[in-house]
Amino acid sequence: MSDVSVAPPAHAEAPTPQQRERALTIYEHSVEGRRAAVLPDAGVPEPALGELIPRKFLRERGPALPEVSEPEIVRHYNRLSRRNFDLDTGPYPLGSCTMKHNPRLNEKVAALPGHARLHPATPPKRAQGALELMWRLERALSEICGLPHVSLQPSAGSHGELAGLLLTRAYHADRGEARTKVLTPDTAHGTNPATVTMAGLEVVKVATNERGGIDLDDLRAKATDEVACLMLTNPNTLGVFDENIAEITRIVHQAGGTLYYDGANLNAIMGHTRPGDMGFDIVHVNLHKSFSQPHGGGGPGSGPIAVSDRIEPYLPLPRIVRDGSGNGAGSRFDLDHSGPKSIGRLRGFQGNFGVFVRSYAYISSLGGDGLTEASETAVLNANYLLARMRASRAGKYLPLAFRERCMHEFVLSGAPAKSDLDVRTLDIAKRLLDYGFHPPTIYFPLLVDEALMVEPTETETRESLDRLADAFDSILAEAESDREILRGAPYTTPVRRLDEARASRRPVIRQPLD
Amino acid sequence: MAAKSRRRRRPRRSPDRTHSSQRAAPTLAGPLASINPVSRYTSATDADRAAMLGAIGVSSIDELFEDIPPELRLDRPLDLPAGRPETEVFDELAALAARNADADSTVSFLGAGMYDHYVPAIVDAIISRSEFLTPYTPYQPEVSQGGLQVMFEFQTAISELTGLPAANASLYEGPSSVASAAYLALGAARGRRKLVVSRGLHPHSRETLATYAVGFGAEVVEVGLEGGLTDAAALADAVDGETAALFVQNPNFLGAVEDLEALADAAHEAGALCVASVDAVMLGVLRSPGECGVDVAVGEGQPLGNRLDFGGPSFGFFAATDEHLRRMPGRIAGETVDIDGRRGFVLALQTREQHIRREKATHNICTSQALNALAGTIYLSWLGRRGIVELGELLVRRTAYARERLAQVQGVELLHEAPVAREFAVRLAAPAEAVLDRVAEDGIAAGYALGREYPEYEDGLLVAVTERRSREQIDALADSLGRAITDVGASRPAEVTA
Repeated sequence: MSDVSVAPPAHAEAPTPQQRERALTIYEHSVEGRRAAVLPDAGVPEPALGELIPRKFLRERGPALPEVSEPEIVRHYNRLSRRNFDLDTGPYPLGSCTMKHNPRLNEKVAALPGHARLHPATPPKRAQGALELMWRLERALSEICGLPHVSLQPSAGSHGELAGLLLTRAYHADRGEARTKVLTPDTAHGTNPATVTMAGLEVVKVATNERGGIDLDDLRAKATDEVACLMLTNPNTLGVFDENIAEITRIVHQAGGTLYYDGANLNAIMGHTRPGDMGFDIVHVNLHKSFSQPHGGGGPGSGPIAVSDRIEPYLPLPRIVRDGSGNGAGSRFDLDHSGPKSIGRLRGFQGNFGVFVRSYAYISSLGGDGLTEASETAVLNANYLLARMRASRAGKYLPLAFRERCMHEFVLSGAPAKSDLDVRTLDIAKRLLDYGFHPPTIYFPLLVDEALMVEPTETETRESLDRLADAFDSILAEAESDREILRGAPYTTPVRRLDEARASRRPVIRQPLD
Repeated sequence: MAAKSRRRRRPRRSPDRTHSSQRAAPTLAGPLASINPVSRYTSATDADRAAMLGAIGVSSIDELFEDIPPELRLDRPLDLPAGRPETEVFDELAALAARNADADSTVSFLGAGMYDHYVPAIVDAIISRSEFLTPYTPYQPEVSQGGLQVMFEFQTAISELTGLPAANASLYEGPSSVASAAYLALGAARGRRKLVVSRGLHPHSRETLATYAVGFGAEVVEVGLEGGLTDAAALADAVDGETAALFVQNPNFLGAVEDLEALADAAHEAGALCVASVDAVMLGVLRSPGECGVDVAVGEGQPLGNRLDFGGPSFGFFAATDEHLRRMPGRIAGETVDIDGRRGFVLALQTREQHIRREKATHNICTSQALNALAGTIYLSWLGRRGIVELGELLVRRTAYARERLAQVQGVELLHEAPVAREFAVRLAAPAEAVLDRVAEDGIAAGYALGREYPEYEDGLLVAVTERRSREQIDALADSLGRAITDVGASRPAEVTA
């Protein structure tokens, strides 16, 4: 055991200063006549607006935006910021989300005027630096995924998934086949089945075997000539690398389907194995996970896709093309809008370019070996944390759901804690907040009872992993002595447990004004 | 790509191997513990690794990867340039950035959905705070009240602007929000499979809608423009009992202010919904979609305090009438109380979403654009009740001035006479691309060439004006355009001008 100890936090005492403060919205700070923005004079003739646009198209009463001064705005949002937990404050082992450090260099280069102030409709000849950056990022992702062609266009993982299924549809349609079924394991991210429906296809669930991988017999039975695609995450959401992957891809290919790789867990395997080499046709990459784009409280992200030769003709438009041989100097880059078989556009302009800049800077900083080491350390950290936890009370109350070891994340079952201690995973998660940690992902994947999904990432130190393991142990010790401590948690956060059902039963989703 | 990896081919791992990307640096004080010069974002020293492997009970990191079949292991280093120190990466990125004609080094009249508005200093200051920059989606509301309250304030602002009660907390960006509105409309229309689209809708929105419609199993029918505006007669023919929704844009892509109320009425008469893509900045002066009877209003959020960023990230907004609340896509923050009765905010109506409802979800979106929506929220608080109106008025007046000024230039004529707000279209008497190149030599980006997306407006140019474009700059554009058209026109082959 480490000598790093966790100080037991106080609880259930007097409210903290933050808790005593009533949350007021910016609208409730509004006072008629106050303002922050002062705009320039028009400097041109100023006829009444009705002379320029017919009155019937004009608004009689302006929108009731708040009336506040600049200092009030700054103070308001600073106050709000302190009501958030963030990655720079402490460990954030949220499974499947890859909460790794966000290098500030990436923010700095993304803010350069040549990037941040570049209009998206700037003709390619005057945006060569941007197109070259995108081309280089495409090449890097192609190498990492082991697939030759890349489109950066999708805005997030789920958008990449939709692109992937529309590509699959186009591929089959072009061959005169109408395949409608998409196989997804029961451990899949919720975005997978939701995307299948949006793409007009039908979900067919595949069972999980006792090793946490795909049940091959079930797969064989369902891999019919109606199957368009198999969507798979590998390592999957149990943190398990499916050792039968070669057989899985063989079965689906033999049935005539395509293989889609959900890249949410790519952080486990960079430089060690590649989805293309496993037999996948289409991969999406979450730049906001493996490639360090900050999550921003729920975006922006970016979900580029890498594809095999047979899928390439259908890629979204426009494509980045390079003409001229040689590397870098002398090459010219352009946007190609032609592509008779393309599925078309998925969004406006060229994609989330600001994210591309950050992720390119990240790849450039680490290089191939650095990325390989990042994955190695992510797997090492996860296994170390798992070992530390198993050697403590968690070993008894929160056992590993499958197998003995994990890749970059692991899934624990809180079933024994529930039966032996009468505390739920939710209670443990809420108590972790008092200890200064963001909890793991909870109640996912669905097939594990009282699941906790833990992904520490490579950027946590050994000491912080020790502290996290000790916190779990301390919380389970509290549960052994008085489970009410956990059931009442959290105590120290800006608000305590919230009534989520009420917010959906009688939704109040905007500030009432008048 | 520049230099290939300098490192030797990666051997299979051995337990006592010094990590290939680590080296011991000799110093005056003797060798330091090995420091990784490449992967500076990890912390494990050799001593850490040894201790951690010991705790796990394995002898090498390789053992942790043993579930990967040997034949699928990558038996070489990734073929990428070697990692580099911060200073060199900065220089590389700065050199790339320097090869772009950005809106600081150019006087830009480019618009077409994204505009060179001034972003107040407080926006960057606030969105750079770690507490906003680095958290995930607020799955643990007790420690995410800041982000959740921002969503609530954002929804309030979008609701006020659009005149519609139910706004979500953002989607990816404009055109995909249009397509998302189609998903809602088809769900609401029960059986109707036709989507009617005005040619005044942004070409990127129309193309995106067409892409998504394949998945939705819907047919898309386009209605043309007449005098810069959606052709009312053609519209009346196209919208019928099979139509789930009509899609329009206001102001439309050519800058014209549409009769939104008449368009919404036309849709409703056929029992279809009306979806309008609207310019949020202009909603300080233009009648709100809600007031015009629009059912779903969506739009591109970039003009609201977001960077140009060569097209993203920005955000899309999405607002609807109350009856569609439970069909809405994306996150929605709602107000509630904690166990002590304190006011708080949570993600509301989550049973619509993919992580709960899976294949029956109202949309597949997960990660959205929260930080960009925060920028929009701050920007709208900064503009405030009066600023949003003043900005709208300023844009309408400067645009009117620019339109009149350009119309006087020899070789420039208006593409349409319809009223405009912040952007207008002209036709050039010389090939647009050559004219744009010539004007660029004066340090001016004259506008967006329409020809590729609107072949019927070959040599058409869309010109956008913001509060950053002064009268002097507008005059300089007019003069430069005039010279360019003369020069390019003079060199134009006779058979083309004939």
